[in-house]
Amino acid sequence: MQAVLNTSAAPSAPARKGKGAGFLLLSPAVFILLVWSIVPLVMTLWYSLQNYNLVDPTLHGFAGINNYWYLLTDPDFLQSLLNTLLLVAGVLVISVGGGTLLAVLYDQDFFGRGIARVLVISPFFVMPTVSALLWKNLMLHPIYGVYSAMMRAVGLTPIDWLSQYPLATVMMIVSWEWLPFAVLILLTAVQSLDGEQKEAARMDGAGPIARFRYIILPHLSRAISVVVMIETIYLLTIFAEISVTTAGGPGVASSNLAFLIYSRALLQFDVGGASAGGVIAIVIANIVAAFLVRAVARNLEV
Amino acid sequence: MSRLTQALCLAGLTALSCGSALSTAHAAGTLTIATVNNGDMIIMRQLSSAFEKAHPDIHLNWVTLEENVLRQRVTTDIATGAGQFDVMTIGNYEVPIWAKQKWLAEVTPDAAYDMSDILPSVREGLMNDGKIYALPFYAESVMTYYRKDLFQKAGLSMPESPTYDQIRQFADKITDKENQVYGICLRGKPGWGENMAYVTSLANTFGAQWFDMSWKPALNSDAWKNALNWYVSAMKADGPPGATSNGFNENLALFASGHCGMWIDSTVAGGLLFDPKQSQVADKVGFTAVPKGTYGKGPTWLWSWNLAIPASSKHRADAETFITWATSKEYVKLVAEKKRWVAVPAGTRASTYANPDYQKAAPFASFVLNAIKTADPSGPTAQPRPYIGAQFVGIPQFQGIGTQVGQTVAATLSGQMSVEQALTSAQASVGRTMRQSGHGQ
Amino acid sequence: MAFKVNCGKQIAVTLLGWGVALWVFFPIFWMFLTGFKSEVQAVSTPPQLFFKPTLSSYAEVFERANYWHFTINTVLVSVIATGVALALAVPAAYSMAFMPSKRTRSTLLWMLSTRMLPSVGVLVPIYLLARNAHLLDTVLGLAIVDMLTNLPIVIWMLFTFFREVPAPILEAGRMDGASRWQEMTMVLLPLALPGIASTALLSLILCWNEAFWSLNLTSSNAAPLTAFIASFSSPEGLFFGKLSAASTLAVAPILVFGWFSQKQLVRGLTFGAVK
Repeated sequence: MQAVLNTSAAPSAPARKGKGAGFLLLSPAVFILLVWSIVPLVMTLWYSLQNYNLVDPTLHGFAGINNYWYLLTDPDFLQSLLNTLLLVAGVLVISVGGGTLLAVLYDQDFFGRGIARVLVISPFFVMPTVSALLWKNLMLHPIYGVYSAMMRAVGLTPIDWLSQYPLATVMMIVSWEWLPFAVLILLTAVQSLDGEQKEAARMDGAGPIARFRYIILPHLSRAISVVVMIETIYLLTIFAEISVTTAGGPGVASSNLAFLIYSRALLQFDVGGASAGGVIAIVIANIVAAFLVRAVARNLEV
Repeated sequence: MSRLTQALCLAGLTALSCGSALSTAHAAGTLTIATVNNGDMIIMRQLSSAFEKAHPDIHLNWVTLEENVLRQRVTTDIATGAGQFDVMTIGNYEVPIWAKQKWLAEVTPDAAYDMSDILPSVREGLMNDGKIYALPFYAESVMTYYRKDLFQKAGLSMPESPTYDQIRQFADKITDKENQVYGICLRGKPGWGENMAYVTSLANTFGAQWFDMSWKPALNSDAWKNALNWYVSAMKADGPPGATSNGFNENLALFASGHCGMWIDSTVAGGLLFDPKQSQVADKVGFTAVPKGTYGKGPTWLWSWNLAIPASSKHRADAETFITWATSKEYVKLVAEKKRWVAVPAGTRASTYANPDYQKAAPFASFVLNAIKTADPSGPTAQPRPYIGAQFVGIPQFQGIGTQVGQTVAATLSGQMSVEQALTSAQASVGRTMRQSGHGQ
Repeated sequence: MAFKVNCGKQIAVTLLGWGVALWVFFPIFWMFLTGFKSEVQAVSTPPQLFFKPTLSSYAEVFERANYWHFTINTVLVSVIATGVALALAVPAAYSMAFMPSKRTRSTLLWMLSTRMLPSVGVLVPIYLLARNAHLLDTVLGLAIVDMLTNLPIVIWMLFTFFREVPAPILEAGRMDGASRWQEMTMVLLPLALPGIASTALLSLILCWNEAFWSLNLTSSNAAPLTAFIASFSSPEGLFFGKLSAASTLAVAPILVFGWFSQKQLVRGLTFGAVK
């Protein structure tokens, strides 16, 4: 800290001296995250090579790659991997696409706009378990659900959403939770767009679509990156919504990787198997992250 | 210093004080009880103030959770010896398995408890090496509920011991989809304790079973095929929409709100369906035995919720005092007094069934008693079997394989798979899991 | 003519704006409504919009569970986790934003990747660690885990905000003889306050709604609202009324808090889009 107080240093000095201080400031967070990620990771790696079942202690010892082999050769593994990616991609498309349109909509001035906005962002504050229960029981239930009643009222047969379109329905419920988040961020970005810029474009004879395409969208790219980044992090490990609504089924139609690990290993308290699943999931998450981060990070100037 | 820094310091201090305050909160004499959010347990919790009054030095601390969450919590806790709970509510599936691991403390109630009053089939499920490791809170078997008014309207009468063929014919006749009346409601929600409880019991009576004597899965048999074909075709023709999300509770709600013509499920539903406060069809419910399939014999269904004490508990004596109280004759009387006779925990004590007040309040009483007595979890299936359990398989792996096969069965119900495909896939996946866990290697 | 077109457009925008808003909000509204129905009313077909309200579901929920105990735990966990996360993240983000090194980028990415570990895969290791540290069923234990799961995002958000603060302003402060500490607390924090506030709000919301760890690491003393919901999610018998009442109770505080703070939340979430 003493060195930092030396204010008469040449302009290039702070950067050089900054190194020590920067490390000092960064280290608590890095250290704690390192502990947080390394300790469980090492334990997980260790367990993943062991026969370790909580409810069957007779089975123990070194398992080699058995646990990995068991999960990777599971015929449902690929399906759940695909579901994971579909779920992330689907929700991203819906929330970013819908969010952009809604952001433009709520940027317009109309009667009661403030209240309408508050209503739209509300689902983001609802806990995932509650929103899943809410949709499953009160909205989409094929007999008591409001949506089913509406369909019957117009003479249609209610759709049994969770068994006919399980993955799409889970996607829809998750989108309902995350669309408001996208609206929140994108709306802020739209509002920050200079009114004069828009006006100028209108004077130049640009139609609404052209204005959206050439003025608003580029302006939003950074906010969109933020949405994609944060949502992906959460969507990769979605668990509560699936376990409440479909329990991954029917079959494995709505199982993602997190849920498959749960149902194959953790349900029978097979710590070895669950650990192997955890390691596989980390590897996959990092591959996804690497692609995503490279695409998004450019926008974020990281 | 900014306000933010102050706030952070405050937060840090709060954190420390909370941490220390809460870690010492388990004062001597406080029992932490983990239980399921079922009706009978809610009543136990309400009435437990009477226990605390009688034992002023014991304080009760309740953790009430949904069944699946509870099971995961208590299993993790007991298997890691974390010792957060002094009393656990567990099924007769867990008791023998956990007792064998020496995770449970032996229970030795005194003579006043009258162990011989506990129904033998229920008691046997809680023993390991001749010792008792849990006390039964309530027990259930299976029966067929039906709507007398709908049967009358269709000119049908329910036999005392129906066959599955008859059930199907009745279901076809009373289904009225226009008015959202579905001939038959059965469990479809995937899970070893949900759809597979029913499907296993169904399979037994069709002559099917989970494993042969060498622990080879026996799921691709013709008997399984017949059982599942009956199930899927009956549910497709006469079942309610959304059957793959219907477990016990959902079906109870459907039947109680008048949407089901017949329902084959746990005997505990009787107490709820005959209660006008919870059921719109209380005066129209009839009941009969669980239907018979082509084999006609085999174990039917026996489940009990029991109170057990983990070996890691530091308050074993107090915990035993509590579980003896909660499963005693006096407790049954207390519920009858404070609530109603129909609400007393069922299926555990012969004295309850001998009570004329209970017989009057619960028209199904003697019927349920008989169903529990004859459920026979260790009885023979069509072929000899290496496991015990009526509607489950008493091995640690069953939670996993039961749920996985449950998913496959649900996929046939929703039409994503044929019965043949489902059984082939179930056979393979159960084989995989058994190999993975060291059986049949 | 122009007026007519504008007027028509205005009506269309108003209708659309309100239509979408009501549609999105409807499930929450319905949950609120169902909480005031009796169990039998709650499953009537077709569903009733108008009915005689009753407090019976709420009465039963309050009788079955000590709501305030769960709420206080949730508040404590969220506040502590957010507070500690900020205390760790501010210096880290400051360092990365103003003293970047070659490894800053990869450090940041690595931090974010720790968040992608599925909790189910590490339940047992974490449970064992918490048991050995005597942190099971303590507010502190849950707060630590929540803090750690959110820390990467908090750091990353703060980093983005800090980068928007023009370096010359900080340098000017330094010229006046400010230490690093003063530079951070006196110059940077006030400038980045909206960003810090929205980061804190986001972290509070995420902690409030976290379900997996809160269910697995607590039992009674530190059980938060997600555990409260788990005791109502599928009880025996009809349960829509009780479920709705309990859900309304669990969601209401954070929802109302969100409504009041949304302006604040939004103000900071520009992510430097304003230029």
